[in-house]
Amino acid sequence: MSAAPARRASPLRAAVRNPLTVAGLVLLAVTLTALAAAFVIGWVDPSGPAKANLHGLNAPPGTPGHLLGTDNGGRDVLIRLVAATKATMLGAAVALTVAVALGVPAGLVAGYRGGWAETALEWLAGLAMSLPSLMVLMAIIAGLGTSMWISMTALGCMMAPAVFRLVRAQVHAVRRELYIDAAKVAGLGDARIIARHVLRVVRAPVVLMVGVMSGVAVTVQTGLDFIGLGDPSTITWGRMLSEGFEALDTNRLLFVWPGLAMVSTVMSFLLLGNGVRDALQRADTATRPRGRDRSPASRPVPPAVPGPRPKPPRPDELLSVCDLVVGYPDGSGGLVEVVRGATLGLNAESTLGLVGESGSGKTQTAFALLDLLPRQATILSGEIRLDGVDLLSLPPAERERTVRRTIAYVPQEPMSNLDPAFTIGHQLTEPLRARGVGRAEARARARGLLARMGISDPDRVMRSYPHQISGGMAQRVLIAGAVATEPRILVADEPTTALDVTVQSEILDLLRGLQAEMRMAILLVTHDLGVVADLCDDVAVMRAGRVVETAPVDVFFRAPGHEHSRALLAAVPDEGHVRPDYDAEAASAAWDLAYARKTSASPDRSLGGAGR
Amino acid sequence: MTRILVKRIGAAAVLWAAVATAAFFLTGLGGSDPGRAILGPSATSAAVAAQNHELGVDRPLPAQFTSWAGDLLHGDLGRSYLTGRPAIEGLGQRLSVTMSLVGLSLAVVVGLSLLLAVLAATGRAGIDRAVQILSLTTHAVPGYLLALLLLTAFAVELPIFPAFGYVPLTASPGRWLAALALPVTAVALGGVAGAALQGRGALIDVLESDYIRTLRSRGVPARSVLLRHALRNAAPPWLTSLSLAFVAMLGGAFMVEKVFALQGLGTLAVDATVAGDRPVIMVLVLLTGGMVILVNLLTDLAQMWLVPKARTA
Repeated sequence: MSAAPARRASPLRAAVRNPLTVAGLVLLAVTLTALAAAFVIGWVDPSGPAKANLHGLNAPPGTPGHLLGTDNGGRDVLIRLVAATKATMLGAAVALTVAVALGVPAGLVAGYRGGWAETALEWLAGLAMSLPSLMVLMAIIAGLGTSMWISMTALGCMMAPAVFRLVRAQVHAVRRELYIDAAKVAGLGDARIIARHVLRVVRAPVVLMVGVMSGVAVTVQTGLDFIGLGDPSTITWGRMLSEGFEALDTNRLLFVWPGLAMVSTVMSFLLLGNGVRDALQRADTATRPRGRDRSPASRPVPPAVPGPRPKPPRPDELLSVCDLVVGYPDGSGGLVEVVRGATLGLNAESTLGLVGESGSGKTQTAFALLDLLPRQATILSGEIRLDGVDLLSLPPAERERTVRRTIAYVPQEPMSNLDPAFTIGHQLTEPLRARGVGRAEARARARGLLARMGISDPDRVMRSYPHQISGGMAQRVLIAGAVATEPRILVADEPTTALDVTVQSEILDLLRGLQAEMRMAILLVTHDLGVVADLCDDVAVMRAGRVVETAPVDVFFRAPGHEHSRALLAAVPDEGHVRPDYDAEAASAAWDLAYARKTSASPDRSLGGAGR
Repeated sequence: MTRILVKRIGAAAVLWAAVATAAFFLTGLGGSDPGRAILGPSATSAAVAAQNHELGVDRPLPAQFTSWAGDLLHGDLGRSYLTGRPAIEGLGQRLSVTMSLVGLSLAVVVGLSLLLAVLAATGRAGIDRAVQILSLTTHAVPGYLLALLLLTAFAVELPIFPAFGYVPLTASPGRWLAALALPVTAVALGGVAGAALQGRGALIDVLESDYIRTLRSRGVPARSVLLRHALRNAAPPWLTSLSLAFVAMLGGAFMVEKVFALQGLGTLAVDATVAGDRPVIMVLVLLTGGMVILVNLLTDLAQMWLVPKARTA
């Protein structure tokens, strides 16, 4: 409880530091001063706004006694402008009150209770939101008269669905939170849970929405008055706007003043709303616990040279990476290094396992090789050599061409890596078509590849959309897409992690078969040492953005050099138990078993095995 | 697919009927007195009562509704209280004015918001900033005020464009466009900002998605990745914002018509509202309600066509 005020004070202070928010505050202060003055005028001199100086029609601004001049009826513009603030603001307040009074309870009930109440309210909201709102307002005014109270109440009703949907979405988000369950178990009634827990979550977004809707209420009310559907007995900015428009020939400035008053008022609401929102967002990101997103550079630096230094790249390697450093902007002008000196080499037709914990930089290294780093990322230093050519020294277009011709990518999560809007067939043939293959030829090749992947009904899969196939099927499609262009290197990022265990081994068999058949090198990014033992010739271990050990796979399992490698091996679950510490005997035995499996699975056997 | 289509169209028709019914009762709530409006303040109350009896507005609302709905089903939309002429008389001409204004504005919104969204989402920081400022400004400067400013600046001070009047497209396309240039700017700008902002956000989300990276890894050309794959997947929220912009622009056009003295639906609606001319208001409710419902339906269908997953929902 004691932490809460401090947390709430800081976004406020941050908001005040933003010059735009301060401008919003100043503008709001002007409007509020005018509003207070309007009440004073109404009390002291109610006929003041209508008093005409018949000797000074259309006096220019700055005329003594008339700061903003007079209108074509000789009335003082400033006094009228200030007096009009009252009705305009009251109208907006009515609309907002109605919108909140209807929208918030309806949203709470629908979001918290669900069921038929939610269905009915959602239907009503959908109905209200798909109406020509101005025409409906006009129908109401035609039936009930031009009273501002009625038209603004109606406007509030039409804005209520937006509040309703916002609140409902917020309540949905918290309804399943543990503390709500805890409150229920503790025996709190629904009303008290809503009052104590749910309302608190809903408050901030509703306040922000009220800011935006205040602007809408002011502009709609002014517009109604402007086109002549306002209350003829009250002065509003809209009425003044209309008068200014009628007098455009004689006094071009007349419409500018109410226009300016409206724009400045609405702008103050918007600027304040934006400022508060940005401040809340910033406070949110600042206080969020940074577990998963924690970047390697912010972790304690591992001890220097604890194991054997990674080998320098040999010239005969197909692909080599040397001291690669990749950085991302850290949000405050600096850079965070997520890869901090990765060095590894991949031989032709061999398989290298790149292992490490999540967040160790292995995927970022893979993306750097694939020339697929996000826009924000930069390669700060290092070399990536393909056939001895340093890719980073090539112009971007040529680098991309070279990489696409040679290296293909198999992603981790099958479903999110297929474009949901296109058929599988389209997605498989498009890269071939881009390489100049004819339509029929591309289709035939895609079909053949799907059959090779062990898919029994390739024609149906070609016609399917991604949501119509299973995850295992999707991963086969993605592998087919990767090998379709006959790459020499396949980078597979955790290709089996998202799949069922039975499908996992089928996919690994498939990769092994394809490698032998197409004579590809594979860089296998994984955290699964079982997969490494099963498939890899060499292993590179990454930790905190660095490659800490590179070794042939048998050496790695029998005698890991780096203490982090030993820690990784110790963490391998063995028959459901997590080993207390590294057991060399057991690890070696596990590897022997896996190795035996691998050598017995000769290329032609696994070819047939893919369809099992 | 056909079943969903039939269901959507049926729902739209029900919604249309519901809107018309609700509007009929809303306009009748005040116990309107069209006899007085027709005969003027000097008429005797007996004459007014007789006139009201002749129009049938002295009956209870439900009875009025059944006869109105019955006539509607026979294609009779009633007569204007004010002119005594059929309520739909002259509607075609006014419709062509408003539809020229709103249609042209929609075209501007579609083209410009798409362009701005793509440029802002693909890393043009200046345009990104400009879209945000435009959105803030158009919230604070509604169409009718912008129309007043444009009128003063480009028709009165610098007489580049005509200040008022409408020239049919069939009479002279050039003058049609000149007459509509300022009104369309005033009506469209808010929609451009809203749709561009929505499209920008959707496009940024899609461009960061996994399948875009995978497509790039396959050597699909960058232009195809952006224009074919990313735009198609980002389109549904953008289309929703377009349909919202259409509703807003219809309302905006009603107000902007006054500034440029365009004899469209808006000026007709204002006159009918002030006079309590219910038959004309009901025609306008049916017309604009139908347009909005139709646009929402088309948006739904377009989204189903773009995103195959929505077809099964």
